[in-house]
Amino acid sequence: MATQTFDERAAPKAHRKLPSEINILLVLIGIALIFEILGWIFQGQTFLGNIGRLKIMILQVSVIGIIAVGVTQVIISGGIDLSSGSIVGAVAMVAMSFAQAADYARAVYPALTDMPVIVPVLIGLFCGAVAGFINGWLIAYTKIPPFIATLGMMVAVRGFAKWYTKGQPVSFPTDSFASLGSGMMPVFIFLGVAAVFHVAMKYTRYGKYTYAIGANPQAARVSGIDVERHLVKLYVVAGVLAALAGIVVAARGQTAQAGMGMMYELDAIAMAVIGGTSLAGGRGSIVGTSIGMVIFGVIISGFTFLRLDAYYQEMIKGVIIVAAVVIDTQRQKKRVKKT
Amino acid sequence: MLDHADAPARAVHAGDYILEVDNVRKEFPGVVALDDVQLRLRPGTVHALMGENGAGKSTLMKIIAGVYTPDRGEVRFAGRPLNIRTPLDALNSGIAMIHQELNLMNTMTVAENIWIGREPKSSFRLIDHGQMTRMTEALFADLGIRLDPLAMVGDLTVAQKQMVEIARAVSYKSDVLIMDEPTSAITETEVEHLFRIIRDLRAKGVGIVYITHKMSELFEIADELTVFRDGKYIATVNAADVTRDQIIKMMVGREITDMFPKIDCEIGETILEVRDLTLPGVFRDVSFSLRRGEILGVAGLVGSGRSNVAEAVFGVRPATGGQILIDGEVVNIKSPPVAMRHGMAFLTEDRKETGCFLNLDCIENIQVALLSSGKVDNRGFVNQREVNRLAEEFCAKLRVKTPNLAETVANLSGGNQQKLLIARWLLTKPRILILDEPTRGIDVGAKSEIHRLITQLAAEGVAILMISSELPEVLGMSDRIMVMHEGRVSGFLDRAEADQVRVMELAAK
Ligand SMILES: Nc1ncnc2c1ncn2[C@@H]1O[C@H](COP(=O)(O)OP(=O)(O)OP(=O)(O)O)[C@@H](O)[C@H]1O
Ligand SMILES: [Mg+2]
Repeated sequence: MATQTFDERAAPKAHRKLPSEINILLVLIGIALIFEILGWIFQGQTFLGNIGRLKIMILQVSVIGIIAVGVTQVIISGGIDLSSGSIVGAVAMVAMSFAQAADYARAVYPALTDMPVIVPVLIGLFCGAVAGFINGWLIAYTKIPPFIATLGMMVAVRGFAKWYTKGQPVSFPTDSFASLGSGMMPVFIFLGVAAVFHVAMKYTRYGKYTYAIGANPQAARVSGIDVERHLVKLYVVAGVLAALAGIVVAARGQTAQAGMGMMYELDAIAMAVIGGTSLAGGRGSIVGTSIGMVIFGVIISGFTFLRLDAYYQEMIKGVIIVAAVVIDTQRQKKRVKKT
Repeated sequence: MLDHADAPARAVHAGDYILEVDNVRKEFPGVVALDDVQLRLRPGTVHALMGENGAGKSTLMKIIAGVYTPDRGEVRFAGRPLNIRTPLDALNSGIAMIHQELNLMNTMTVAENIWIGREPKSSFRLIDHGQMTRMTEALFADLGIRLDPLAMVGDLTVAQKQMVEIARAVSYKSDVLIMDEPTSAITETEVEHLFRIIRDLRAKGVGIVYITHKMSELFEIADELTVFRDGKYIATVNAADVTRDQIIKMMVGREITDMFPKIDCEIGETILEVRDLTLPGVFRDVSFSLRRGEILGVAGLVGSGRSNVAEAVFGVRPATGGQILIDGEVVNIKSPPVAMRHGMAFLTEDRKETGCFLNLDCIENIQVALLSSGKVDNRGFVNQREVNRLAEEFCAKLRVKTPNLAETVANLSGGNQQKLLIARWLLTKPRILILDEPTRGIDVGAKSEIHRLITQLAAEGVAILMISSELPEVLGMSDRIMVMHEGRVSGFLDRAEADQVRVMELAAK
């Protein structure tokens, strides 16, 4: 019908833009190269050329990476999840207690030893789902801030983990359970999880709803989205992924302690944020977080490689997290608004 | 739910009305927003819903669209009672709504915004982005909208966002389309465009509820109209059978005679002078001067850079080239506080994004500018009693309709929010007042009050720069009119020589 335009300058055709993850990737490459150069200067050897070191680095971060995949989604929806580290600890305990080998004399449930691996895994994931459900339900239906709901969960779940065996570690898993954490398995699990949720966030309604709620919950509601239900889903996903991380941690260490996963939630949030996820909601991606995770790993392993004191490492880590957000914010600012 | 005794009557109605609202009542804490109202919408008509700010128009529309649930009353759709609990129910039933305030996801693309929840799927039930883009292009081609489907909504202008909202609502292909002040953020050209879309939909049999405060639009587009006043139903009439004055009388319960009560007042010396102001890519070589007691109207199409110039003068986004002089002296206005120190005030055009603090109460919203102007401080302590007194005084003057000033601003009707923002700036007693769309979303009664206020301020010696997309307002209120086109000043017109045609010629040059 009408041919009249309402803004002559607006381009009529779609044009794709470069994905914003490119920037983060460049940062990663930059940091890696810096370590490479420093390596030659101070250690007289290559940093990137050492495959063994890179493997260890990836192994170290991929467990937290699993959590970060869930936390990223929660942050994109405009929320936060502080309970993931505690869930790691609690689920490690619970799953391990159902995964103990029969030849171990002091099993938590002596009648339930030598269970097939699926049993501890499902029980563990279920625990994570319950914690996530409670988080989500509180946030969606009582409207308390996500920070508060998940802070309460963080404290309570850590308490549960300690209560579960009255502080005793749980050990001696079956071989099949231990295999979940052995070798490069944690990395493969991370890759699987990341791939699934990359697709979910980009190509399914689940993802679109997540971005929409984070960008503008009111708009999401009038667009016909059941915002509350979706929020519950997101926190359940985050809980389940934290639980998965807990299972992997327990399996890898072949033992579980109530203190496991301490501060993992903050590292996971840091990975998401370094990877370009906006705490204001509506922006971020699994690819970005994955790159953020690698940046995180490169920094840690780089510092160790340079034999930097552990105290400095933590201080510099803090600076880098803040710097990443400052850079990101500046970048957003440059996309000036025309009025 | 089915009432059998009612069945024959329903059959009769079904052909007549697509949407019937009866005895709907809605109460919010402290306000009866709707008191037994009714509405009858025929398919293939445009039904205007009129009423002052806070009359309850948006509330009823939100009830129909599933955002609110009514305390009482019935909504029937094609003769059948409708039980709408959520916006999704409404959309599924064939009712789409363009809300008074923009409801878009800024960090998502135009296409994603339009098809949210209805994304086309390809193999493996994954979203097909290519198809989504093509669907958007087809929709835009159909509506004559020129926008990039992959543009970020956050990067669009307010008017472009409004067009996205319109396109999204149309894309539902619903039987009932509700438009709550769709033209408050767009200029005449786009209004014409929208009207073509509306006529097209009407011809296809869609029933359209159209809310506006602009009388001229009413007679151009509406077939029937219903008037609400203070939450009550007043009347439904054929648009052809009533005059403008009759409608206004129904709306406000009294007569309003002069719409643009501009008084000629003494124009003094130049206060503000702008020379060759430039912000690359946005506006170029903008020069004008503003004198005490003068109202300089700024006209132009959306995207012509009018608001950007205002932002630059107020230091929100300073220009990179050119000079600003106040009282003949070059000043460096690098931020709004500096502008305020020079006695400037700036009412922004987008009340939701750059105006209101929606979660705060009325007093808190009104007082911010006053507080930062430092006029009510006593060594850092705020004289809250004095602030409250001033706030109350101005709210009474502007007739802000709210149960009390401790009410959260999100709960006020759009027009009343606008009045609060005006009060915010008047409290600072500015010498230079920049108004960007000052009467957007304001009802006729309040509009003439605001116009009277503007002119009164001018009479008191305030210099006023007034950007407006409403031509009658610019023509009626300004001493001089500056017209902008694509970031440049395309001409000045004196009050005496200005008329609609001249302004549009310069605006579209
Ligand atoms: N969520 C809410 N909570 C409390 N009060 C509300 C709420 N929504 C609306 N109101 C009140 O109900 C009344 C009617 O508001 P409504 O938004 O329907 O007016 P309107 O006719 O659309 O006005 P306008 O022309 O200014 O948009 C107003 O007094 C308003 O303050
Ligand atoms: Mg309204």
